[in-house]
Amino acid sequence: MDAALIPKGVKRCPLNQFAIGIAIVGAVALWGVFAMLLVWIKGLNQTNMNDAYGFALWIWADLTVIALGGGAFFTGFLKYIVGKDELKNIINYAVLIGFICYSSALLILGIDIGQPLRGWFIFWHANVHSMLTEVAFCLTVYFGVLTIEFIPLILENRQIDRVPFFHNLSHNMHEIMAVFAATGAFLSFFHQGSLGGVPGVLFGRPFGFREGIFIWPWTFFLFTWSAAAVGPCFTILITKITEAVTGKKLVKPNVIDLLAKISGWMLLTYITAKIIDTWYWAAVTAPSKGFSLMDFYSGHPLYGIWILIAEILVCGVLPALILVSAKGRQNPGALLAAVILAVIGVCLNRWVMVLQVLAMPVLTFENWVMYFPSWQEVATTILPVAYGIILIALSYRYLPIFPQEQELNPVE
Amino acid sequence: MKEEGKGNNAKKFGMVIDLDKCTGCGSCMVACMAENNVPFKTDESNKLDSITWMRVYRLRNGKPFPSADICYLPRPCMHCGGVGDQGHSPCVSVCPATATDYSTETGIVSQIYTRCFGCRYCMAACPYHARYFNWWDPVWPDGMEKYLSPNVSARMRGVVEKCSFCFHRYQLAKDRAFVEGRREVKEEEYQTACTQACPAGAITFGDLNNPDHRVNQLVKPDRRHGGRPGNPHAFRLLERLQTNPKVYYISGRDWVRQAGDHYLKSEANRPGH
Repeated sequence: MDAALIPKGVKRCPLNQFAIGIAIVGAVALWGVFAMLLVWIKGLNQTNMNDAYGFALWIWADLTVIALGGGAFFTGFLKYIVGKDELKNIINYAVLIGFICYSSALLILGIDIGQPLRGWFIFWHANVHSMLTEVAFCLTVYFGVLTIEFIPLILENRQIDRVPFFHNLSHNMHEIMAVFAATGAFLSFFHQGSLGGVPGVLFGRPFGFREGIFIWPWTFFLFTWSAAAVGPCFTILITKITEAVTGKKLVKPNVIDLLAKISGWMLLTYITAKIIDTWYWAAVTAPSKGFSLMDFYSGHPLYGIWILIAEILVCGVLPALILVSAKGRQNPGALLAAVILAVIGVCLNRWVMVLQVLAMPVLTFENWVMYFPSWQEVATTILPVAYGIILIALSYRYLPIFPQEQELNPVE
Repeated sequence: MKEEGKGNNAKKFGMVIDLDKCTGCGSCMVACMAENNVPFKTDESNKLDSITWMRVYRLRNGKPFPSADICYLPRPCMHCGGVGDQGHSPCVSVCPATATDYSTETGIVSQIYTRCFGCRYCMAACPYHARYFNWWDPVWPDGMEKYLSPNVSARMRGVVEKCSFCFHRYQLAKDRAFVEGRREVKEEEYQTACTQACPAGAITFGDLNNPDHRVNQLVKPDRRHGGRPGNPHAFRLLERLQTNPKVYYISGRDWVRQAGDHYLKSEANRPGH
């Protein structure tokens, strides 16, 4: 029934099957929308946040999806600025994943603020000293850039492409895409960094606070670096999941190998910098405030030293070593394990930099405070996942996302 | 007001709390809530989401009888001045919408409720847990609206609030002084509600910059060193974080002063060591 919309030379499942899949994921999305409306109508009392946990699951989700969406800017940077032309075969998907991640982040931010109708105050009454102001500006503008990068892909739909205006528009947008890729890389450096600055500047919270250069704490650079390292891992992971779901090879191994190799070196250099940062923080910064390293990791079993070991060694050093070795990358199991570990590593890092910062008491006579999200928080956090699956499914079905699909899966 | 800040006569309002006098009666908390229209819930058992601009903590020395000791510590907003008293307090510098501000004329950290959009970054930044979020719209028991203070606006759901050092009282005192043809407000004319309510006289309030004010005499703040107390029995909470608070505590007990900050076990500069 929708055959006229499906790209030429590729095979898609029957529309009924597709519709059933969308309906199931759509039901989950509707659950999230219901929770979102509850929060908007009744307020943040629908969450389990409290005065000790002003930041919680949503801010973690924000920081995480933005880091994972970093594959878009970094792959774009590699393709258009560095000139790694092979990456043209995965850049569409990286942009789509980035678009989903960033639109999700903006949606979650819209739910997370106490007075959503005043959200524009962040631009109107901007405090230029606040890291969050920098986040808001760069994030919004970069989402605009991602939209511009996504539009040519939509215009390549078979039916839309038949309209001469859209065909020419798409062609011309492709021609100047390097400009937007460069803009995206520039903006991403700042908003990824300023997200790192959000906990890094908290000089009242010794767990999060870091020294740095001028106004930028070290976390500023570490967040950008980790997003550039792990963003492409997430792109690879989602590509592998898509290949498993569709039962098709969609991207040639040499493309994945190149992206994994670059990602591996980025991860190795990042984790080296992270280890140095952790050592300096534990040996110099924290003691100057009266804290030893174990003060941060002995107050509650959830935040034991295991979390630091898991983040740095298991989900940092280990995947980096797998990805920088040709043998590791060529072993499908090892490659998959490495990208999964790297993704978990960045999720853990964002978790501790938001949740552990708040869980740890600063006053000597206060105790560790734990938090468990309400179902409304969980549902609204799952909502972007469901929305992402739907957008990927629609894009995969109707747009030529994977340029190598036809060659890798010839239709008899 | 601006001229006041430009000259050398800028105020630096602060508080001194004598912990050896505090009995933990909670009068300061009650007075603060009544004075500032602080909303409350039907069930106040969960303290993690109830609003207490002034909160009294109970500290124990952890020793068995007969050495067991207890101390009550009232905690308002510290009105931090940051390093060098430049207004770089933990919360002011992070607010993305300039909804909280530091006055160089009074040293008071304000909260602009109508500009706050509820991101709660300031709450994450404050190490004293002095900032509170309005998780609900305020609901007053029938008839209680009539007893609300007309000088303080009630806050709506979704914004952050905190102790203002009863700033409206300063405005009223300034108005009175102006009508009477004076430029300066007398020490007793501007006092916070908690100060006046304390039956033990444990709380003292005034201008830390003014040597005639009792707060200055009690702690002898060293202006060249970020306002550090000159009185060896006086201390500020979390001094080492360089938040530069304007609330000072006094106690003759070493363990109480030591509870004010973190120290490594190897450090020799701990109070009483």
